[in-house]
Amino acid sequence: MSLILTDEQELLRETARDFVKERSPVARLRALRDSADADGFSRDLWREMAELGWVGIFQPEEYGGSDLGFAELGILLEEVGRTLVPEPFLGTVVLGGSALLLGASEQLRKDVLPGVCSGQTLLALAFQEQARFAPFAIETRAEPAGSGYRLSGEKRFVQDGHVADQLVVAARTSGSTGERDGITLFLVDASSAGLTIVRTIMVDSRNAARVSLDGVEVDRSRVLGEPERGAELLDQLLDRGAVALAAEMLGSATEAFERTIAYLKTREQFGAPIGSFQALKHRAADMFCELELSRSVVLEALRATDEGRADLSQLASAAKARLSDTAIRVANEAVQMHGGIGMTDEEEIGFFMKRARVAEQTLGDAAFHRDRFATLRGF
Amino acid sequence: MESFRSETRNWLEKNCPTSLRRPVVASEIPWGGRNARFASEDARLWLERMGQRGWTAPTWPKEYGGGGLSKKEAKILQEELRRIQAPPALVSFGLSMLGPCLLEFAKEEQKREFLPKIIRGELRWCQGYSEPGSGSDLASLQTRAVDDGDDFIVNGQKIWTSYADESDWIFCLVRTEPDAPKHDGISFLLFDMASPGVSVSPIKLISGSSPFCQTFFQDVRVPKKNLVGKRAGGWTIAKRLLEHERSMISSMGSPGARASLTVPEVAARYVGQQDGRVADPIVRDRIAQQELDALCFGLTTKRSVEASKAGQGPGHAASMFKYYGTELNKRKYELLMSIYGAQGLGWEGEGFDDEELDATRQWLRSKGNSIEGGTSEVQLNVIAKRVLGLPD
Repeated sequence: MSLILTDEQELLRETARDFVKERSPVARLRALRDSADADGFSRDLWREMAELGWVGIFQPEEYGGSDLGFAELGILLEEVGRTLVPEPFLGTVVLGGSALLLGASEQLRKDVLPGVCSGQTLLALAFQEQARFAPFAIETRAEPAGSGYRLSGEKRFVQDGHVADQLVVAARTSGSTGERDGITLFLVDASSAGLTIVRTIMVDSRNAARVSLDGVEVDRSRVLGEPERGAELLDQLLDRGAVALAAEMLGSATEAFERTIAYLKTREQFGAPIGSFQALKHRAADMFCELELSRSVVLEALRATDEGRADLSQLASAAKARLSDTAIRVANEAVQMHGGIGMTDEEEIGFFMKRARVAEQTLGDAAFHRDRFATLRGF
Repeated sequence: MESFRSETRNWLEKNCPTSLRRPVVASEIPWGGRNARFASEDARLWLERMGQRGWTAPTWPKEYGGGGLSKKEAKILQEELRRIQAPPALVSFGLSMLGPCLLEFAKEEQKREFLPKIIRGELRWCQGYSEPGSGSDLASLQTRAVDDGDDFIVNGQKIWTSYADESDWIFCLVRTEPDAPKHDGISFLLFDMASPGVSVSPIKLISGSSPFCQTFFQDVRVPKKNLVGKRAGGWTIAKRLLEHERSMISSMGSPGARASLTVPEVAARYVGQQDGRVADPIVRDRIAQQELDALCFGLTTKRSVEASKAGQGPGHAASMFKYYGTELNKRKYELLMSIYGAQGLGWEGEGFDDEELDATRQWLRSKGNSIEGGTSEVQLNVIAKRVLGLPD
């Protein structure tokens, strides 16, 4: 598949860009933060996005989806990244949506996905337990009980977890922490007895939660993927999550870069625009190259996802590693080049740096993904 | 297209000598010219046959001896060549740099005169660009060409002229209008290196090799019919040729032109493995970074090709590829030097195998990649100005 956009995809980009610019500029994220909004995003806006077909973008039509692919999801997320839209794309669309599509029984998909696609039902993936990303470091236990299981454990850094109606929870049915084998994924209703969700206020003003499970009962019919072999499904979710997040990071980094270039052209010191100084020009030109390379690997990874290619995991890790590095670097340079004004809360560039840091840590940082890339490449 | 593929396959089957169908090293590919050297009789035959068919320049028009292929056909030819591991029949600055500019800027009789000889590898060309006082600031060049009836009389000095000592002709930037602003006084001349008054002196590099020369011109008489494009309009051609050169140099760092062993393979041998991984985790991370960058660079090349096919070429991409490709290549050799350890430090004689000795020299040679054809700093200037629109 080609790395350039089709006319339809260009149109989607324009629509998305206009929509987020109009309805969700960065000022909106600031307002949600300053008003300590209980959700941290707008349910009404989310339903509008669902009507545009964004929430079920890659879900089949039979569940109310748009039946498009990751190439299109990537376009949306890039635009969403440009204005730091806080709606729960990662938790609901990408991670939760993929878990249901790839792992749920036909009945469960029929029960849950239409509500997801229409914007009523929100999802989250609860797997991480440690401060640093380690996908199989799972201690949460799932003991057989009645017609299902009883789950106990603690999850943290659950993206969009504070509003989720349904949580995809990774728990151990056997084995011990760190092992791939023995992990099972469950779809857990957020209103279940014994489940406590506490919102965590993050530096990027976006939304995450801690989730405690104290003997939460889950029916066998709500197992996602193969019991004991949840690592296989989790791998796929992490691949898709890494690719999607990389697309969002590409959008944020590109926006931060463009804002910085605009600033270099207008800010004057020593009687000249600071963008005329070679020390800044060279750094800007170098960042431009990094962003172009980043764009290429994101596009390729999105297409590899749609084509179900054998090298998808390699590309997902390549994209997440590259974008983690690029996004952090561009954001740091953006603040530096904005000078004193970049340190103020009033200037928006700081929001981009905060988001870049959280996105970098989400689903594995650059070092994690380089390690995974190397392993998959056989060295 | 399928019939073109099968015809091509048949022709290659008949005409590509079997002894050549294997990975070759760069030194086995001929450069052509009056005093052409061939690694084997088969290499000579291969060039002769490919040149006759115009397939050394597959997409150039048939009327000038080219292959006359469409882009699609040329791609099929490439695939078929790769399929049988056929090496390039010819490597030449005529093919990669001068020819595309002649096609775009030269007069009809110049195209008829020079393009067939480039395609068949009959003339070897060198590039008369840099001068001792004009490196990054190329447009300040001082080599003079004075009008003298039907001729120009050329006086001056060039430096970093690649393979001038082995070349037959030169494409040369000269100043014809000394009083005009520097970019507006330059003309693009072609002349024979055997002309009276041309002398050449090789420059020995830190890598021990001498691919570059100093080239001196003393009252060299060049017929005016060898002026390409308009008099004083040479800078436009010069810049276009640099774009072709940058693409050529940047491809040195791309996956297509990689060394016989990959970096992970070298590491497996010299650093060792533990549970199937490169034993040193820090070296392993550096390799992963290198491989990742190379992957992204390759994908960017692919994207750029697709974009230009769709008529949406990213502007001034050549500077980005030149900058990134050469810096990437330098990083690769820095990394290889740490992987080889003491075995990468040999210069000659006992104790080192050919691959190790080659690595040492490649490392040293790679330092020039980000200097020749416009330094990295010049490329960054171009990107800042032309792509980002940053003010002067």
